[in-house]
Amino acid sequence: MITAVRKPMAEILGYAAQFDNILLLGCNECVTVCYAGGRKEVGILASALSLAFLKEGKKLAITEHTLERQCDPEFVEELAQTIEQYDAIFSMACGCGVQTLAGRYKDKPVFPMVNTQFMGASERQGVWAERCAGCGDCVLAYTGGICPVARCSKRIFNGPCGGSTKGKCEIDPGVDCAWQLIWDRLKALGRTDLYSQIMPAKDWRTAKDGGPRRIVREDLLS
Amino acid sequence: MIDFQPVIVAFACSYCAYTAADMAGVQGFAYPEGVKIVQVPCSGKVDSLHILRALQKGADGVMVAGCLEGDCHFRNGNRRAAQRVRYVQALLEDVGIGGQRVLMANMSAGQGAVFAATASHFWETIRALGQNPAKLAASRAAA
Repeated sequence: MITAVRKPMAEILGYAAQFDNILLLGCNECVTVCYAGGRKEVGILASALSLAFLKEGKKLAITEHTLERQCDPEFVEELAQTIEQYDAIFSMACGCGVQTLAGRYKDKPVFPMVNTQFMGASERQGVWAERCAGCGDCVLAYTGGICPVARCSKRIFNGPCGGSTKGKCEIDPGVDCAWQLIWDRLKALGRTDLYSQIMPAKDWRTAKDGGPRRIVREDLLS
Repeated sequence: MIDFQPVIVAFACSYCAYTAADMAGVQGFAYPEGVKIVQVPCSGKVDSLHILRALQKGADGVMVAGCLEGDCHFRNGNRRAAQRVRYVQALLEDVGIGGQRVLMANMSAGQGAVFAATASHFWETIRALGQNPAKLAASRAAA
């Protein structure tokens, strides 16, 4: 999932100060799962904003709503009939959702309520960790299912580096060395031969270095 | 302000604090009538949203009362409740309301005196803090 955390309240209050009537919009997908911008978080932020404004003797009209997905035009379209009544949209979705809203409702200010973090997985309740960097050319088949792009601090493809000590990364003793994990897993799989093969330099053009990326599926085009 | 009688919403776990509140009555330990008890199956059932909504709708303070540490009927509901209370307290600090308006308390079912003393002390604390700004705004609008 795409993970996110709510922005600091001071920043959100700064955005809100210029408006009287806002739509606080959640998203039912990734940000719901990571407790950053789903229906419940919309309610929590609405209450906090409301209390903050009342404390200052001001009133902010907040309409709470949550879309099934903010990154899909068909769901964003459902706001078309009501959007005019709001001064601005405060989106609790990831950056994809915010930009879909901004693209559809061009004359309506849209503000992000969360800082989008990374593509991650849940390690346990309340803990998420980065697992995929979206490099566009997956190598998990050769690395025991552990990603050297997302989980190695240096993104090296023939590791570990000299900063690996007792299975931990030099940047932080709480961070596992990805290449230690890769080695352990390849050993468990009986595939240490994969480790012996020198991996060629990665072509980063499939990643962000090639500019903004698109997927076009001819079979699905309408 | 001397006439200010705070309204406290007390989310009370049915396995401990709710029974303790009942015991307080049976044993004759008084607590302010502004303390409004909401029975919950476990303090872990109380979400951050419940606490904030109570404040948004005009409660002057919110108390979450669960079992003694290590004694939760559902193993760790009271610990989770305490984590949520800390989260809400920090959020209330960030928006200028103050985290003191929310309290986590722990007690056993037999501690009627503890319930009465905790509720009374919290009620006095909130009385000193003054009205919830949400309620103040509503009363101004009605005037």
